[in-house]
Amino acid sequence: MAEVRTLIVDDSSVMRKIVERALRQAGLSSLVVLEAGSGTEGLDVLRSKQVDLILSDINMPLMDGLEFVRQIKAQNLAPGVPVVMITTESSEEHVKQAILAGARGYIRKPFTAEQVKERVLPLINAA
Amino acid sequence: MTVSLRESMDRIADPRNLDEGVEEVFRLMLGVDCTRDSIPPAIEPESVTAVVGFGGVLSGACVFRSGGTAAMKIAAHMTGMDFDEVDDTVKDGIGEICNMLAGAWKGKLPELAANCGLSVPAVITGRDYKLHMQAPEFQLHHIYRFENARFEVTVICDGLH
Repeated sequence: MAEVRTLIVDDSSVMRKIVERALRQAGLSSLVVLEAGSGTEGLDVLRSKQVDLILSDINMPLMDGLEFVRQIKAQNLAPGVPVVMITTESSEEHVKQAILAGARGYIRKPFTAEQVKERVLPLINAA
Repeated sequence: MTVSLRESMDRIADPRNLDEGVEEVFRLMLGVDCTRDSIPPAIEPESVTAVVGFGGVLSGACVFRSGGTAAMKIAAHMTGMDFDEVDDTVKDGIGEICNMLAGAWKGKLPELAANCGLSVPAVITGRDYKLHMQAPEFQLHHIYRFENARFEVTVICDGLH
């Protein structure tokens, strides 16, 4: 598989590492990870770097994940790049909000590497 | 839609929801079996407390508390790193654990999953401090053990709408 440049947005550095580990366990050995601690930082990264995949938490200070996804779309920062939300919020309503904001997938915390594989790999393969 | 949680009080206060949530978070995120216990965590010079607030149809908080040793052990399982002090990474990890425990607990009940939000975690470390809450509507206070480490999880509800 070609290099997959992935932006992981989470205010927790520990969660960013856990998500990266899960992606590698899911078979993305050619992963290049970019990190951001908030939606605002995530937008800054996207202004200067191209990515193939974005994984974002929802519940973050400064700018939450839903607003981050809306801004990606509004500012046309990563056209066609799949965004997957990773969050503790798991209701149908939250999933609907994320999809409406522009996310293409949703992973509930806590998660397994297998769940990450099931939800992320098809999006990369389709891109 | 009007949601009356008082009609669901028995289910909301069911202690099994908390046990299942804690076991699930520790199994999936740390790869360890975690069980309910009755012996409180040993008193250590430093303790770690994380708080995640609930808002919306239910107000209150999920509180995680452990000694520094258990906190470092949890963070080690999460990150694959070793810790000899409660540093920022340990605090960050414990905040995330509390966040997932709060989410797992409220996710057991559809009325809460959809209509109760979570705050970002706050983490307190130190010694000789106590958390005070107003008289709650209900409270679940459980002790858990994994390997040889113990911790407490408390769900406090101080308002139902």
